[in-house]
Parts: sequence; C-alpha cells; structure tokens
Amino acid sequence: MSGAVDPDYTVAHSRPKAFYESFERKEELQHQTHYCPGCGHGIVHKMLARAIDELGVQDRTILISPVGCSVFAYYYFDVGNVQAAHGRAPAVGTGIKRSRPGSIVIGYQGDGDLSAIGSAEILHAANRGENITVIFVNNAIYSMTGGQMAPTTLLGQKSTTTPDGRTAEHEGHPLHMSELLATLGAPVYIGRVGLGDNRQIAQATRAIKRAVENQVRGLGFSLVEVLSPCPTIWKMQPVDAQHWVRDVMEKTFPLGVFVDRTNEMQPPAGTNTAPAIGEIPRILGICAGDAGLAGEIPTSQTGELDLRVRVSGFGGQGVLLLGEVLAEAGMDAGLEASWLPSYGPEIRSGTSNCHVRLASSPIDSPLVMNPDVLVAMNEPSLKKFGAGVRSGGWILYNGAMFPPEYVREGVHILARDFTREADAIGDPRAANMVMLGVLLEIAAALPQASIDAALRQCVKQPKWIDLDERALARGRALLREFMERGAA
Amino acid sequence: MDKLKPDRGLLKIDENECKGCGLCVEACPPRAIRIGDRLNHCGYRAAIYTGAGCTGCGICFMACPEPGAITVFRLVDRRTLPVSDSHVPVEGAVPCASN
Repeated sequence: MSGAVDPDYTVAHSRPKAFYESFERKEELQHQTHYCPGCGHGIVHKMLARAIDELGVQDRTILISPVGCSVFAYYYFDVGNVQAAHGRAPAVGTGIKRSRPGSIVIGYQGDGDLSAIGSAEILHAANRGENITVIFVNNAIYSMTGGQMAPTTLLGQKSTTTPDGRTAEHEGHPLHMSELLATLGAPVYIGRVGLGDNRQIAQATRAIKRAVENQVRGLGFSLVEVLSPCPTIWKMQPVDAQHWVRDVMEKTFPLGVFVDRTNEMQPPAGTNTAPAIGEIPRILGICAGDAGLAGEIPTSQTGELDLRVRVSGFGGQGVLLLGEVLAEAGMDAGLEASWLPSYGPEIRSGTSNCHVRLASSPIDSPLVMNPDVLVAMNEPSLKKFGAGVRSGGWILYNGAMFPPEYVREGVHILARDFTREADAIGDPRAANMVMLGVLLEIAAALPQASIDAALRQCVKQPKWIDLDERALARGRALLREFMERGAA
Repeated sequence: MDKLKPDRGLLKIDENECKGCGLCVEACPPRAIRIGDRLNHCGYRAAIYTGAGCTGCGICFMACPEPGAITVFRLVDRRTLPVSDSHVPVEGAVPCASN
C-alpha cells in the first residue's frame, strides 16, 4: 500500500486532541507511552482523552495522577496536571475542585493507590459527594513495584507476597471498592467496566464519558472502575491477559452499574466558591490593611531582627498560648512570624512546647533548636532544652532556685517563682504571661500596641485580658529589677 | 479488491509507534490486521493492515493502547454530501509521528 490515502476517505478515529502531539516530558520515545505492550492504562487514557475531546472541556480539565504506573499521566494529557501523593488524589481533587469550581477535576487511580493506601480519601470524597470524576483502574495487583498483593488481588492469585496464592484466611477477601462506595448516599454514578473484549471496551468508553459528563453537568461524584490487564506482571501474552479480565477477573468483580442517580440529581443552584484571597484576613479576624505600619520596630545593631524562642512546660501552663501571643504580636507588627506547637497527648498533663520565630526577613525553618530565649516553665523543660540555648541567650526558669546542674557559662539565667508572682496579682494561671512580659522586655522588639492587639486576638474573656495585661507589666518590671540588681 | 465496491474503511498503522501487543489483531472483526514480520525501531513486530476488508468501525483504534499508532478512515458517501463537497480529503500520508 502506498503512503497516500485515497481522497475518498476521511479520518474517523485518530489520536485524541487531549493528548500532546509529542510527549516532550518523556526523555526518549516521545511518541509512545511508557506502558508495556498491551497495558490497559493506554486504553483507558485513550477513552478519557476522547471523552475530554467530545465534551469540549480540555481547557478546564485538571487531571490528578496517582502513584503507580500511571504516575506519568501528565506526560500525555494536554490538560492541567497535578500529581498527588500516594492515594491522596481524591483529597487533592477536592481542594482543586472547591477552589476552582469551574474546572473539571479527574482523579486517575490504580487499585493499590485507591483501595489500599488511599481507601480513606476515596471513601470520604465519595461520601461528601464531591463533584469530581474518578477513574479507578483495577488490575488486581501492585504492578509498578513488581507484583505484590493488593487489596483487590483475587483469591488464589499468585503475587510476590502471596507466592502460593491469596487465601481468605491469611489475606482476607478481595476488596470490592465499587460495591462498598455504592452503599453511600452521595455518589451520582458508580459503575464497573472491563477491557476484556470488544463489547466491554465499547461499554467502558461510554461509561468513562458519562462519568466526566456528570461532572460537567454539575451532578456530583462519579466513579468508574475499569478491570484492566497487566500482561507483564500477570506473566501473560497481551491477548491472554485481555481474556483473563473477562473470563477470570469478572467472576470476582462483576461488571455493572451500582449507583446511577444521574436522572434524579439536580445541579446545585449556587456553588460554594472559595473566598477571594483578600477576604481571608477578615474571615480569620486578622487586622488587615495596616500590617507592618503598626510602629517602628526596634531592631538589633545590625538592623535585622531574628528572635528564636522555645517555650516549654506542662500541658495546661499556657505554653502554647504564650507562644501564640508572641507570634501574633510579631505578625501585627509586620514581622515574619512562625509558631510551631509540639504537642499531642502531652497537652493533657505531659510536656508541651512550642517554637516561635520572629524575624524581619523571611523565615527558613520554623524549628528552633538553639533559642535566644528559653522559657522553661518546669524542671523537665530545663533538662530537655536548657543545653540548646545559644551562648549569650537567656533562660527564664519558673522556680525560685535554679538547679545548679543546669547552670551554663555565657547564658543569662533568670530564675523566679513566676507562679507565685502571678498568684500575687490575682491568679497563678497567669504565670505564662508574667514570663512573656520578661521575654518582651528582653527582646524589646515589639510595640506595645501589637502586644495588646495580639492579646485580644488570642484571649477572648475580658477578665483574663485585664489580668494578663497586669501579668505582662509585672514581668517587664521583674526584668528591669533583675537588670538593676545585676548592674548594682 | 473489488474496484466497483471499495472498502468502507481504511487503516493506517504507524509501525514505529506500535508495540506489537496484538490487541488490534484480536479486536478487528473482519480480521484485516496481522502482525508483520519486520522489527520496528523498538524491536517489536508491528501490526500491519492487510490492505483490504476494513469497515472503518474503529474498534481496533479503541483497543490499541498507544495514543496515535492507529488512524481509521471512513469512505465518504458522496451521495449524502452537498454539492460543495465539504469534507477535506486526506492528503498524502498520515503524519508519521515516529521518533
């Protein structure tokens, strides 16, 4: 046959436009996929690309690649592409769809990705009825990593981790994700199709288009599970693998439509769009507009402020609040600020601590390993963090006697029973604020207006604000007394 | 080929994009595709059109895992076309997208 095509013929089926002309992100063989001969991914890609073409949504489609062989879907699809962490495509898709409601978000996941590590994400995205489309390619095994058992592996099927075949006794039964998700109230369409023969392929093409179309119509969550051959890992010829889908796999995973609420669903009247970025400070109750103009920031001799503080104590002593007020005050004053709490179960009576950084330049890491100031509200905190304080720094210790074994050369130490100081002004629980007062007097970097604003941001009850203000003033006075004594 | 009644379809297979999986051979209802004898640049025996019998159904196209290895053409029915002849005839070879 010559190269010329008879002018009486016109193109009926050709490479979908949703694919790139050439796959330039691939290093070599830029006109072929990286998939093995006979791999189902190529076929599903083509069905999806064709659906995108036919629905005319290429310019607003965002495809989410998973972890697995199809991690490189972004090599091929000329659409917006995001690659998600293993199993997290539905969560990432939720974020994208909600922040860009006009986009068509398509999650593409394999069975290891969706039914194992990502089982929680898909369950909750489906249960929320996110208006996204999920293409779930099920080949009953972990292929990219060489053929380990997946939750979808058939009973009796051999894998590297079930060399004698999967047994229900040891590894449980194959997980039927579509049936499981179909029990939920929210999904609009859930169906299982296969790539086992021509009839199944035609059916799968229609189902995939339908799942994308539902999203274009704004109906809600649609998922299509595609039983797909993996000739390489199944150790079969491509045609045999195709038949295995139909003759064996389908017995465990029957094809069908499990949910179809397409006709009863109405697109929502108004979409919940994400607020504009400019609105966010108001929503969060942050004073907007004049950040950075609150006042002159006294800085060190070099003109650069970089204050690193570690606050530590028992949960309940107000450790995190102390750090939060400091960070909020820094933000109000227009500084870069980070507040990294470290807690968990400790917040109930264990050791709780936080890292705070305030700087005039962007902060590289919120971790504070060598603080300028350590606020140690109890002895275990001193033991844990005392040695890290930088030379020339300060340790503020909540105790009348500083334990001699923690005394360090070149580090200023202020030991005081701050709890008693707080008790004297009205409530022992304000000890954290007395210590913060000392810290603010040492750092001398924040205008009083910022501190007042931060206190009102973090503390809601007026009686506490009043007490805390007196506590801060008491702390400042304590430092001045301490310095005067030292100078005398 | 019957000159009086041309095939309804026509097939172009870019043998350099083909990985020789044989799914199109299996899929083709009139059995108009076979695996060739020559190795392509990747070392696969590519599928080739036998040259006759294509109905233009497109099943091979959907069964093929490669995005652009197969292009299916369909015979234009001139009796249904307006006089202006709106279809653009295919000129020359299909652009060969091989590496």
